[in-house]
Amino acid sequence: MATQILMPALSPTMTEGKLAKWLKAVGDDVKAGDVIAEIETDKATMEVEAVEEGKLAQILIAEGTEGVAVNTPIAVLSADGLVEVAAPARVAPAPVAAAPVAAVAIPAVAAEDKDWGPSKPITVREALRDAMALEMRRDGDVFLLGEEVAQYQGAYKISQGLLDEFGAKRVIDTPITEHGFTGMAVGAALNGLKPIVEFMTFNFAMQAMDQIINSAAKTLYMSGGQMGCPIVFRGPNGAASRVGAQHSQCYASWYAHVPGLKVVAPWSSADAKGLLRASIRDPNPVIFLENEILYGQTFDCPEDDDFILPIGKAKVERTGSHLTIVAFSIMVGVAMEAAKALAEQGIEAEVINLRSLRPLDTATIVESVKKTNRLVTVEEGWPFAGIGAEITMQIVEHAFDWLDAPPVRVHGMDVPLPYAANLEKLALPQPAWVVDAVKKIV
Amino acid sequence: MAQAAETRKRGKSKEPLVNQPDLMGAYRTMLLIRRFEEKAGQLYGMGLIGGFCHLYIGQEAVVTGMQMAAGEGDQVITSYRDHGHMLAAGMEARGVMAELTGRSGGYSRGKGGSMHMFSKEKNFFGGHGIVGAQVSLGNGLAFSNMYRGNDRVSFTYFGEGASNQGQVYESFNLAALLKLPTVFVIENNRYGMGTSVERSSASHDLSKNGAPWGIPGLQVDGMDVLAVREAAETAVAHCRAGKGPYLLEVQTYRYRGHSMSDPARYRTREEVQAMRSQHDCIEGARHKLEALGVDETAFKAIDDEVKGIVQDAADFAQTSPEPDPAELWTDILVEG
Repeated sequence: MATQILMPALSPTMTEGKLAKWLKAVGDDVKAGDVIAEIETDKATMEVEAVEEGKLAQILIAEGTEGVAVNTPIAVLSADGLVEVAAPARVAPAPVAAAPVAAVAIPAVAAEDKDWGPSKPITVREALRDAMALEMRRDGDVFLLGEEVAQYQGAYKISQGLLDEFGAKRVIDTPITEHGFTGMAVGAALNGLKPIVEFMTFNFAMQAMDQIINSAAKTLYMSGGQMGCPIVFRGPNGAASRVGAQHSQCYASWYAHVPGLKVVAPWSSADAKGLLRASIRDPNPVIFLENEILYGQTFDCPEDDDFILPIGKAKVERTGSHLTIVAFSIMVGVAMEAAKALAEQGIEAEVINLRSLRPLDTATIVESVKKTNRLVTVEEGWPFAGIGAEITMQIVEHAFDWLDAPPVRVHGMDVPLPYAANLEKLALPQPAWVVDAVKKIV
Repeated sequence: MAQAAETRKRGKSKEPLVNQPDLMGAYRTMLLIRRFEEKAGQLYGMGLIGGFCHLYIGQEAVVTGMQMAAGEGDQVITSYRDHGHMLAAGMEARGVMAELTGRSGGYSRGKGGSMHMFSKEKNFFGGHGIVGAQVSLGNGLAFSNMYRGNDRVSFTYFGEGASNQGQVYESFNLAALLKLPTVFVIENNRYGMGTSVERSSASHDLSKNGAPWGIPGLQVDGMDVLAVREAAETAVAHCRAGKGPYLLEVQTYRYRGHSMSDPARYRTREEVQAMRSQHDCIEGARHKLEALGVDETAFKAIDDEVKGIVQDAADFAQTSPEPDPAELWTDILVEG
């Protein structure tokens, strides 16, 4: 039985090549692995090895021939050296797929906040610690690791008391080795544990970016749904105070860009507690962006032991009819202060606390803008390709006809954050900036 | 002070280790990997497999010997040169080949490709395309074993090229510090793409690369499946006894280019031929089996069986349908 040898594809992009040289002649014995010819591709000269044994019965394409298309028969191999007609293995033509349509529908609104009963004032720091303690009591597969989380009780004291309660097996001090411990935590999550990774700040998570994106976010998809990664990456994000450019950056839009991640950014104590509990229970990788300045701030938080919030649902912190201000994390406070100042001037702003950036609660924003017809976004991060840009585009897509004025972005200045007190103040959004932005469109 | 690392050279295996049924099994696994990879190369040439495709031909004894020492539930994680590891871990040739052709019958339903396949059932954790990333992840597998208090061991494979990545050393430190039950397997095939180990590593004995952290290491002849098994047994016993990680530098050779589009001009044809003709792991195992009295009929039976499995896999990989277009939007997040 004779088989045809076909012009091989020798690179991911090759469609044709030059048959540079035959290294076997008609009548020669060929063993699997023997080099039979040389082919020049667009990149290099490659050797073609025989896959099967036999005698070279016929050469169909002479050496020196250029532009030989991939899969063209170039020779015939047969057991006895005689040429018989045999159909070559043909490549089944791939069906032409229709261009995929991305889901543009507005996601359904998540369940409304339920009434959780009496509240008491606690700090964001306490809320975060309580959330971890409650979830660690609830599920033995949950553990915390990071730099200084155990014996030091947390660089920002978020993990205070956890080592005492849960022991060194579940509250683990790591060396300063973000890439290594993040990869280790992701590996543990792929095998079914539920790690909470504390980054002392999200600035240091850049060292581990590959493991967060390529390993944590993509494995579920790459494994055809077999292997999920239930993990929380948490820590302070954004500017603190006078710590300079390398320690002051908002990573919200970096992570929100990535399919396979959820990105959460709490403002209040209730946000922190309810959303961290939901993040720990979520079967997906969750980026949980805290803020150092908020840690010591006090807010009312439900006392109910079962209190939890849904990821993907924004909260209307203040209702108003003249315009919508959308903010997240510490900027919700800035927006609320601005709204108070505006109210004194007779302008009623609706303030939306996003809580979650991916998935984004587009429905709540759209509903508000359809009512107020004006949009101002507030974020601490840089403007270019930022969260404000994305929210504006969502409104253009879903509520363009309801807009009475162009949306306005309030954001951190497009510079590395300076150290000098006066310059730093010039770079980060203040309530007055929001008031000025609102006045442009109201 | 940390105990000095135990580092010695392990050469050819000793005769008493030769056990005919085990060696026949290893011979069959190695042959299956080779024939599978040859077929993959052929399908690539026909345009049925796209993108990157890194063949394991020449290195078959490494994963085969390691798996001979593996126990129930031990995990395997490796780089993008992963087809051999999957077959040795017991994954089906059909599912692997169909993933290579990007079909719905593949292990990742066509969404992963050559470099990204996984099997929870067979404890195979990929299949990772970023050089060195699987080493930290492998620590995580070992960590989960320790956390759960079982005696499973994770096998973390990487090349000598990957051994220069920073996270590998972060992982050595963490593994030694936390006493993680993991066997680090450096598959030294002498070339990281086109750069020889001499040109990329200032360390001349990679088995000593874990020495600063007290990780014991062995250099192993990776063309001799029994030598690999013997070293693997030492390493696994160390890990299972709770003594922490172990490092094996398994010296091997890849006959093909780094990937399908690599003309391999950085080494001579004579060098490749010498390895193939004098050190081939399958030929070596065959000679040992012949000396034990295994006859041609038995070899022929294995050849035929392997050929059948590979042909069936190739047929399946060409007839399994492409993934449904709706698959584009599935498996991004776990719902609920």
